[in-house]
Amino acid sequence: MTAALLDACLALCLPLLAWLVLRTESLSQSVVLFVAMGLLSALAWARLDAPDISLVEAAVGTGLTGALLMHTLSWTDERPPDVAARARHRPWAVVAMAALTGMLGWAVLSLPSDDPGLTREVDAHLAESGVEHPVTAVLLNYRGYDTLLEIAVLLVAVLGARAVNPRSERTTPEPSRDPLTGELFRMMTPALLLVAGYLVWVGEHGPGGAFQAGAILAGGGVVALLTTRLGTPRMSSWRVRWALLTGPLLFIGAAVAPLFSGRALLEYREAQAGTVIFVVELALTVSIAMVLWMFFPGMRPARAERSGKEPS
Amino acid sequence: MNPWAVYALSGVAMFSVGLVGLFSHEHPVKRILASNIAGSGVLLVLVALARREPTGAPDPVPHALVLTGIVVSVSATALGVALARRIARIDATAKAESTGASDPEAGGGSA
Repeated sequence: MTAALLDACLALCLPLLAWLVLRTESLSQSVVLFVAMGLLSALAWARLDAPDISLVEAAVGTGLTGALLMHTLSWTDERPPDVAARARHRPWAVVAMAALTGMLGWAVLSLPSDDPGLTREVDAHLAESGVEHPVTAVLLNYRGYDTLLEIAVLLVAVLGARAVNPRSERTTPEPSRDPLTGELFRMMTPALLLVAGYLVWVGEHGPGGAFQAGAILAGGGVVALLTTRLGTPRMSSWRVRWALLTGPLLFIGAAVAPLFSGRALLEYREAQAGTVIFVVELALTVSIAMVLWMFFPGMRPARAERSGKEPS
Repeated sequence: MNPWAVYALSGVAMFSVGLVGLFSHEHPVKRILASNIAGSGVLLVLVALARREPTGAPDPVPHALVLTGIVVSVSATALGVALARRIARIDATAKAESTGASDPEAGGGSA
Protein backbone atom coordinates (compact mmCIF):
# COMPACT_ATOMS: atom_id res chain seq x y z
CA MET A 1 0.00 0.00 0.00
CA THR A 2 2.72 2.46 1.05
CA ALA A 3 4.73 1.41 -1.99
CA ALA A 4 1.77 1.99 -4.29
CA LEU A 5 1.28 5.43 -2.76
CA LEU A 6 4.96 6.28 -3.27
CA ASP A 7 4.74 5.09 -6.88
CA ALA A 8 1.66 7.20 -7.50
CA CYS A 9 3.29 10.26 -5.91
CA LEU A 10 6.48 9.91 -7.93
CA ALA A 11 4.58 9.27 -11.15
CA LEU A 12 2.49 12.39 -10.57
CA CYS A 13 5.35 14.63 -9.45
CA LEU A 14 7.61 13.92 -12.43
CA PRO A 15 5.38 15.34 -15.20
CA LEU A 16 4.27 18.12 -12.86
CA LEU A 17 7.87 19.19 -12.20
CA ALA A 18 8.59 18.91 -15.93
CA TRP A 19 5.69 21.26 -16.58
CA LEU A 20 6.94 23.70 -13.91
CA VAL A 21 10.49 23.64 -15.34
CA LEU A 22 9.18 24.87 -18.67
CA ARG A 23 6.59 27.27 -17.28
CA THR A 24 8.79 29.19 -14.83
CA GLU A 25 9.96 32.53 -16.11
CA SER A 26 13.21 32.74 -14.19
CA LEU A 27 15.91 30.60 -15.76
CA SER A 28 17.66 29.84 -12.46
CA GLN A 29 14.42 28.56 -10.99
CA SER A 30 13.81 26.26 -13.89
CA VAL A 31 17.37 24.86 -13.66
CA VAL A 32 16.88 24.13 -9.96
CA LEU A 33 13.50 22.52 -10.65
CA PHE A 34 15.13 20.45 -13.38
CA VAL A 35 17.73 19.14 -10.93
CA ALA A 36 14.95 18.30 -8.46
CA MET A 37 13.15 16.45 -11.23
CA GLY A 38 16.31 14.48 -11.97
CA LEU A 39 16.68 13.43 -8.34
CA LEU A 40 13.06 12.27 -8.23
CA SER A 41 13.55 10.31 -11.42
CA ALA A 42 16.59 8.64 -9.82
CA LEU A 43 14.15 7.48 -7.13
CA ALA A 44 11.76 6.27 -9.81
CA TRP A 45 14.54 4.20 -11.43
CA ALA A 46 15.28 2.67 -8.03
CA ARG A 47 11.58 1.79 -7.62
CA LEU A 48 11.64 0.11 -11.02
CA ASP A 49 14.54 -2.15 -9.92
CA ALA A 50 17.10 -0.35 -12.05
CA PRO A 51 19.91 0.52 -9.60
CA ASP A 52 22.46 0.97 -12.42
CA ILE A 53 20.33 3.61 -14.07
CA SER A 54 19.58 5.24 -10.75
CA LEU A 55 23.32 5.68 -10.10
CA VAL A 56 23.99 7.11 -13.56
CA GLU A 57 20.98 9.41 -13.40
CA ALA A 58 22.02 10.82 -10.03
CA ALA A 59 25.64 11.36 -11.12
CA VAL A 60 25.37 12.25 -14.83
CA GLY A 61 21.75 13.07 -15.63
CA THR A 62 21.32 15.30 -12.61
CA GLY A 63 24.76 16.13 -11.20
CA LEU A 64 26.77 16.96 -14.30
CA THR A 65 23.85 18.18 -16.41
CA GLY A 66 22.82 20.36 -13.47
CA ALA A 67 26.33 21.82 -13.19
CA LEU A 68 26.41 22.47 -16.95
CA LEU A 69 23.01 24.17 -16.90
CA MET A 70 23.88 26.20 -13.79
CA HIS A 71 26.89 27.41 -15.71
CA THR A 72 24.63 28.70 -18.48
CA LEU A 73 23.14 31.13 -15.96
CA SER A 74 26.44 33.02 -15.99
CA TRP A 75 26.12 34.05 -19.63
CA THR A 76 22.39 34.16 -20.28
CA ASP A 77 20.05 36.74 -18.85
CA GLU A 78 18.65 35.70 -15.53
CA ARG A 79 15.24 36.93 -16.57
CA PRO A 80 15.13 36.72 -20.31
CA PRO A 81 12.70 38.93 -22.19
CA ASP A 82 9.19 37.63 -21.71
CA VAL A 83 8.70 36.82 -25.36
CA ALA A 84 11.77 34.64 -25.45
CA ALA A 85 11.61 32.66 -22.23
CA ARG A 86 7.97 32.20 -21.39
CA ALA A 87 6.05 29.77 -23.51
CA ARG A 88 4.07 31.87 -25.86
CA HIS A 89 0.55 31.27 -24.76
CA ARG A 90 -0.99 29.27 -27.46
CA PRO A 91 -4.20 27.43 -26.84
CA TRP A 92 -3.08 24.56 -29.05
CA ALA A 93 -0.14 23.74 -26.76
CA VAL A 94 -2.27 22.28 -23.95
CA VAL A 95 -4.60 20.53 -26.39
CA ALA A 96 -1.66 19.02 -28.27
CA MET A 97 -0.08 17.89 -25.01
CA ALA A 98 -3.28 16.19 -23.82
CA ALA A 99 -3.87 14.53 -27.19
CA LEU A 100 -0.30 13.27 -27.40
CA THR A 101 -0.41 11.92 -23.83
CA GLY A 102 -3.71 10.18 -24.46
CA MET A 103 -2.58 8.59 -27.70
CA LEU A 104 0.80 7.41 -26.47
CA GLY A 105 -0.67 6.31 -23.13
CA TRP A 106 -3.23 4.19 -24.94
CA ALA A 107 -0.49 2.67 -27.09
CA VAL A 108 1.65 1.82 -24.04
CA LEU A 109 -1.27 0.33 -22.07
CA SER A 110 -2.31 -1.86 -24.98
CA LEU A 111 1.04 -3.71 -24.85
CA PRO A 112 0.93 -7.20 -23.30
CA SER A 113 1.32 -6.78 -19.55
CA ASP A 114 3.55 -9.77 -18.74
CA ASP A 115 6.17 -9.80 -21.48
CA PRO A 116 9.55 -10.84 -20.01
CA GLY A 117 11.39 -9.38 -23.01
CA LEU A 118 14.87 -10.79 -23.47
CA THR A 119 15.43 -11.71 -19.80
CA ARG A 120 15.54 -15.45 -20.49
CA GLU A 121 17.99 -15.17 -23.39
CA VAL A 122 20.31 -12.99 -21.32
CA ASP A 123 20.16 -15.36 -18.36
CA ALA A 124 20.79 -18.40 -20.55
CA HIS A 125 24.06 -16.98 -21.90
CA LEU A 126 25.23 -15.18 -18.78
CA ALA A 127 27.75 -17.94 -17.99
CA GLU A 128 29.51 -17.36 -21.34
CA SER A 129 29.68 -13.58 -21.01
CA GLY A 130 32.54 -13.49 -18.50
CA VAL A 131 30.63 -11.32 -15.99
CA GLU A 132 27.87 -12.06 -13.53
CA HIS A 133 25.83 -8.87 -13.75
CA PRO A 134 23.34 -9.01 -16.65
CA VAL A 135 23.42 -5.26 -17.39
CA THR A 136 27.22 -5.27 -17.67
CA ALA A 137 27.00 -8.38 -19.85
CA VAL A 138 24.61 -6.60 -22.23
CA LEU A 139 26.64 -3.39 -22.27
CA LEU A 140 30.09 -4.85 -22.85
CA ASN A 141 29.50 -8.25 -24.37
CA TYR A 142 26.16 -8.86 -26.12
CA ARG A 143 25.68 -5.30 -27.26
CA GLY A 144 29.29 -4.16 -27.33
CA TYR A 145 28.58 -2.27 -30.55
CA ASP A 146 26.30 0.14 -28.73
CA THR A 147 28.88 0.97 -26.10
CA LEU A 148 31.66 1.28 -28.69
CA LEU A 149 29.60 3.72 -30.74
CA GLU A 150 28.49 5.54 -27.62
CA ILE A 151 32.06 6.32 -26.63
CA ALA A 152 32.56 7.63 -30.18
CA VAL A 153 29.52 9.89 -29.72
CA LEU A 154 31.04 11.20 -26.49
CA LEU A 155 34.35 11.98 -28.20
CA VAL A 156 32.63 13.77 -31.10
CA ALA A 157 30.49 15.76 -28.67
CA VAL A 158 33.47 16.92 -26.62
CA LEU A 159 35.37 17.88 -29.78
CA GLY A 160 32.34 19.81 -31.01
CA ALA A 161 31.77 21.56 -27.70
CA ARG A 162 35.43 22.60 -27.56
CA ALA A 163 35.55 23.63 -31.21
CA VAL A 164 32.68 26.10 -31.05
CA ASN A 165 34.03 27.70 -27.88
CA PRO A 166 37.80 27.71 -28.25
CA ARG A 167 38.06 30.43 -25.64
CA SER A 168 37.13 27.98 -22.95
CA GLU A 169 40.65 26.58 -23.37
CA ARG A 170 41.81 29.40 -21.18
CA THR A 171 42.73 28.38 -17.70
CA THR A 172 40.35 29.12 -14.90
CA PRO A 173 40.95 32.75 -13.95
CA GLU A 174 40.99 32.72 -10.18
CA PRO A 175 39.57 29.99 -7.95
CA SER A 176 37.39 30.92 -5.05
CA ARG A 177 39.35 31.71 -1.93
CA ASP A 178 36.77 30.19 0.33
CA PRO A 179 38.81 27.98 2.71
CA LEU A 180 35.85 25.70 3.39
CA THR A 181 35.34 24.49 -0.17
CA GLY A 182 39.06 23.88 -0.70
CA GLU A 183 39.28 21.86 2.50
CA LEU A 184 36.13 19.97 1.58
CA PHE A 185 37.61 19.05 -1.77
CA ARG A 186 40.81 17.79 -0.12
CA MET A 187 38.79 15.60 2.22
CA MET A 188 36.53 14.43 -0.60
CA THR A 189 39.25 13.32 -3.03
CA PRO A 190 40.26 10.00 -1.41
CA ALA A 191 36.63 9.02 -0.91
CA LEU A 192 35.86 9.88 -4.55
CA LEU A 193 38.72 7.76 -5.84
CA LEU A 194 37.72 4.90 -3.58
CA VAL A 195 34.08 5.01 -4.68
CA ALA A 196 35.05 5.21 -8.37
CA GLY A 197 37.45 2.27 -8.04
CA TYR A 198 34.85 0.24 -6.19
CA LEU A 199 32.21 0.95 -8.85
CA VAL A 200 34.47 -0.28 -11.69
CA TRP A 201 35.31 -3.41 -9.76
CA VAL A 202 31.75 -4.16 -8.65
CA GLY A 203 30.38 -3.78 -12.20
CA GLU A 204 31.39 -7.37 -12.88
CA HIS A 205 28.82 -8.81 -10.47
CA GLY A 206 26.52 -5.99 -9.39
CA PRO A 207 25.23 -2.51 -10.23
CA GLY A 208 28.17 -0.32 -11.22
CA GLY A 209 30.66 0.04 -14.03
CA ALA A 210 32.63 2.42 -16.18
CA PHE A 211 29.90 5.03 -16.66
CA GLN A 212 29.07 5.37 -12.99
CA ALA A 213 32.73 5.50 -11.98
CA GLY A 214 33.61 7.95 -14.76
CA ALA A 215 30.74 10.20 -13.79
CA ILE A 216 31.86 10.30 -10.17
CA LEU A 217 35.45 11.13 -11.15
CA ALA A 218 34.20 13.85 -13.50
CA GLY A 219 32.04 15.29 -10.72
CA GLY A 220 35.12 15.50 -8.52
CA GLY A 221 36.93 17.16 -11.41
CA VAL A 222 34.26 19.85 -11.71
CA VAL A 223 34.51 20.57 -7.99
CA ALA A 224 38.31 20.78 -8.42
CA LEU A 225 37.89 23.34 -11.22
CA LEU A 226 35.73 25.49 -8.99
CA THR A 227 37.76 25.29 -5.81
CA THR A 228 41.43 24.71 -6.61
CA ARG A 229 44.02 26.33 -8.84
CA LEU A 230 43.79 23.50 -11.31
CA GLY A 231 43.00 24.88 -14.78
CA THR A 232 40.64 23.39 -17.34
CA PRO A 233 42.26 20.47 -19.17
CA ARG A 234 43.54 21.69 -22.53
CA MET A 235 42.80 19.81 -25.68
CA SER A 236 46.30 20.69 -26.92
CA SER A 237 47.99 18.74 -24.13
CA TRP A 238 49.21 15.26 -25.07
CA ARG A 239 48.33 13.85 -21.69
CA VAL A 240 44.71 14.96 -22.12
CA ARG A 241 44.60 13.49 -25.61
CA TRP A 242 45.87 10.14 -24.36
CA ALA A 243 43.37 10.12 -21.50
CA LEU A 244 40.59 10.81 -23.98
CA LEU A 245 41.75 8.13 -26.39
CA THR A 246 42.85 5.19 -24.16
CA GLY A 247 39.30 3.92 -23.67
CA PRO A 248 38.17 4.04 -27.30
CA LEU A 249 41.49 2.71 -28.65
CA LEU A 250 41.63 -0.20 -26.21
CA PHE A 251 37.99 -1.00 -26.88
CA ILE A 252 38.56 -0.97 -30.64
CA GLY A 253 41.59 -3.21 -30.13
CA ALA A 254 39.54 -5.65 -28.05
CA ALA A 255 36.77 -5.55 -30.64
CA VAL A 256 39.04 -6.17 -33.64
CA ALA A 257 41.32 -8.80 -32.04
CA PRO A 258 38.80 -11.69 -32.40
CA LEU A 259 38.73 -11.09 -36.19
CA PHE A 260 42.29 -12.42 -36.48
CA SER A 261 41.33 -15.80 -35.03
CA GLY A 262 38.34 -16.28 -37.28
CA ARG A 263 35.63 -15.06 -34.92
CA ALA A 264 33.20 -12.18 -35.31
CA LEU A 265 33.81 -8.59 -34.24
CA LEU A 266 33.55 -8.22 -30.44
CA GLU A 267 33.23 -11.99 -29.99
CA TYR A 268 35.53 -12.50 -27.01
CA ARG A 269 36.97 -15.90 -26.19
CA GLU A 270 34.88 -17.28 -23.35
CA ALA A 271 37.81 -17.91 -21.00
CA GLN A 272 39.23 -14.39 -21.43
CA ALA A 273 35.96 -12.46 -21.62
CA GLY A 274 36.00 -11.46 -17.95
CA THR A 275 39.55 -10.06 -18.09
CA VAL A 276 38.99 -8.28 -21.41
CA ILE A 277 35.80 -6.66 -20.11
CA PHE A 278 37.50 -5.52 -16.92
CA VAL A 279 40.47 -3.96 -18.74
CA VAL A 280 38.18 -2.26 -21.25
CA GLU A 281 36.01 -0.92 -18.43
CA LEU A 282 39.02 0.43 -16.60
CA ALA A 283 40.25 2.28 -19.70
CA LEU A 284 36.73 3.48 -20.51
CA THR A 285 36.42 4.90 -17.00
CA VAL A 286 39.43 7.14 -17.61
CA SER A 287 38.15 8.34 -20.98
CA ILE A 288 34.55 8.83 -19.85
CA ALA A 289 35.70 10.80 -16.81
CA MET A 290 37.89 12.99 -19.05
CA VAL A 291 35.13 13.60 -21.61
CA LEU A 292 32.49 14.42 -19.01
CA TRP A 293 34.94 16.67 -17.20
CA MET A 294 35.83 18.54 -20.37
CA PHE A 295 32.17 19.23 -21.11
CA PHE A 296 32.32 21.66 -18.24
CA PRO A 297 33.62 24.95 -19.67
CA GLY A 298 35.66 25.68 -16.57
CA MET A 299 35.39 29.45 -16.71
CA ARG A 300 34.09 30.74 -13.45
CA PRO A 301 30.66 32.35 -13.74
CA ALA A 302 30.91 36.00 -14.71
CA ARG A 303 28.85 37.15 -11.78
CA ALA A 304 31.06 35.36 -9.27
CA GLU A 305 34.12 36.84 -10.97
CA ARG A 306 32.82 40.33 -10.55
CA SER A 307 31.94 39.85 -6.91
CA GLY A 308 35.33 38.22 -6.35
CA LYS A 309 37.17 41.22 -7.74
CA GLU A 310 35.38 43.74 -5.58
CA PRO A 311 37.51 43.42 -2.42
CA SER A 312 40.84 43.81 -4.26
CA MET B 1 -3.14 -0.64 -12.05
CA ASN B 2 0.29 -2.28 -12.30
CA PRO B 3 3.19 -0.23 -10.97
CA TRP B 4 4.92 -0.37 -14.35
CA ALA B 5 1.83 1.10 -16.04
CA VAL B 6 1.82 4.02 -13.58
CA TYR B 7 5.43 4.88 -14.42
CA ALA B 8 4.91 4.28 -18.14
CA LEU B 9 2.03 6.78 -18.17
CA SER B 10 4.12 9.21 -16.17
CA GLY B 11 6.89 8.87 -18.76
CA VAL B 12 4.43 9.44 -21.58
CA ALA B 13 3.17 12.61 -19.88
CA MET B 14 6.76 13.85 -19.39
CA PHE B 15 7.52 13.21 -23.05
CA SER B 16 4.48 15.22 -24.16
CA VAL B 17 5.31 18.11 -21.82
CA GLY B 18 8.88 18.16 -23.12
CA LEU B 19 7.93 17.91 -26.79
CA VAL B 20 5.33 20.68 -26.61
CA GLY B 21 7.77 22.79 -24.58
CA LEU B 22 10.40 22.28 -27.25
CA PHE B 23 8.12 23.81 -29.86
CA SER B 24 6.70 26.64 -27.78
CA HIS B 25 9.92 28.13 -26.37
CA GLU B 26 12.42 30.34 -28.13
CA HIS B 27 15.11 30.62 -25.47
CA PRO B 28 17.88 28.13 -26.33
CA VAL B 29 18.46 27.02 -22.73
CA LYS B 30 14.74 26.38 -22.29
CA ARG B 31 14.77 24.33 -25.45
CA ILE B 32 17.69 22.27 -24.14
CA LEU B 33 15.76 21.71 -20.91
CA ALA B 34 12.66 20.71 -22.87
CA SER B 35 14.52 18.18 -25.00
CA ASN B 36 16.08 16.73 -21.85
CA ILE B 37 12.64 16.35 -20.29
CA ALA B 38 11.25 14.65 -23.39
CA GLY B 39 14.27 12.31 -23.35
CA SER B 40 13.77 11.44 -19.68
CA GLY B 41 10.15 10.60 -20.47
CA VAL B 42 11.18 8.15 -23.18
CA LEU B 43 13.72 6.52 -20.88
CA LEU B 44 11.11 6.19 -18.12
CA VAL B 45 8.73 4.41 -20.52
CA LEU B 46 11.52 2.03 -21.58
CA VAL B 47 12.48 1.11 -18.01
CA ALA B 48 8.83 0.72 -17.01
CA LEU B 49 8.29 -1.66 -19.94
CA ALA B 50 11.33 -3.66 -18.81
CA ARG B 51 9.56 -4.32 -15.49
CA ARG B 52 6.48 -5.92 -17.01
CA GLU B 53 7.05 -9.42 -15.73
CA PRO B 54 6.03 -9.14 -12.06
CA THR B 55 8.38 -11.86 -10.76
CA GLY B 56 12.14 -12.13 -11.12
CA ALA B 57 14.71 -9.64 -12.37
CA PRO B 58 13.75 -6.95 -14.91
CA ASP B 59 14.83 -7.18 -18.55
CA PRO B 60 18.49 -6.02 -18.64
CA VAL B 61 18.48 -5.06 -22.34
CA PRO B 62 16.35 -1.89 -21.99
CA HIS B 63 18.39 -1.05 -18.89
CA ALA B 64 21.60 -1.08 -20.91
CA LEU B 65 19.89 0.98 -23.62
CA VAL B 66 18.78 3.55 -21.06
CA LEU B 67 22.27 3.78 -19.54
CA THR B 68 23.59 4.55 -23.01
CA GLY B 69 20.74 6.99 -23.51
CA ILE B 70 21.49 9.00 -20.38
CA VAL B 71 25.15 9.37 -21.26
CA VAL B 72 24.33 10.34 -24.86
CA SER B 73 21.78 12.88 -23.64
CA VAL B 74 24.33 14.54 -21.37
CA SER B 75 26.72 14.85 -24.32
CA ALA B 76 23.92 16.30 -26.45
CA THR B 77 23.18 18.76 -23.65
CA ALA B 78 26.83 19.78 -23.42
CA LEU B 79 27.04 20.35 -27.17
CA GLY B 80 23.76 22.27 -27.12
CA VAL B 81 24.94 24.47 -24.27
CA ALA B 82 28.21 25.15 -26.08
CA LEU B 83 26.34 26.15 -29.25
CA ALA B 84 23.90 28.33 -27.30
CA ARG B 85 26.83 30.04 -25.59
CA ARG B 86 28.48 30.72 -28.92
CA ILE B 87 25.24 32.19 -30.29
CA ALA B 88 24.88 34.38 -27.20
CA ARG B 89 28.44 35.66 -27.65
CA ILE B 90 27.91 36.43 -31.34
CA ASP B 91 24.67 38.23 -30.50
CA ALA B 92 26.39 40.26 -27.77
CA THR B 93 29.21 41.26 -30.16
CA ALA B 94 26.70 42.26 -32.81
CA LYS B 95 24.73 44.31 -30.32
CA ALA B 96 27.86 46.04 -28.99
CA GLU B 97 28.93 46.88 -32.54
CA SER B 98 25.57 48.31 -33.54
CA THR B 99 25.32 50.47 -30.40
CA GLY B 100 29.02 51.40 -30.28
CA ALA B 101 29.37 52.64 -33.83
CA SER B 102 27.10 55.54 -34.78
CA ASP B 103 26.79 54.16 -38.28
CA PRO B 104 26.64 50.38 -38.14
CA GLU B 105 27.27 50.01 -41.87
CA ALA B 106 30.49 52.01 -41.79
CA GLY B 107 32.19 50.10 -38.99
CA GLY B 108 32.01 46.55 -40.34
CA GLY B 109 34.96 44.20 -40.39
CA SER B 110 36.05 44.28 -36.76
CA ALA B 111 35.86 40.85 -35.12
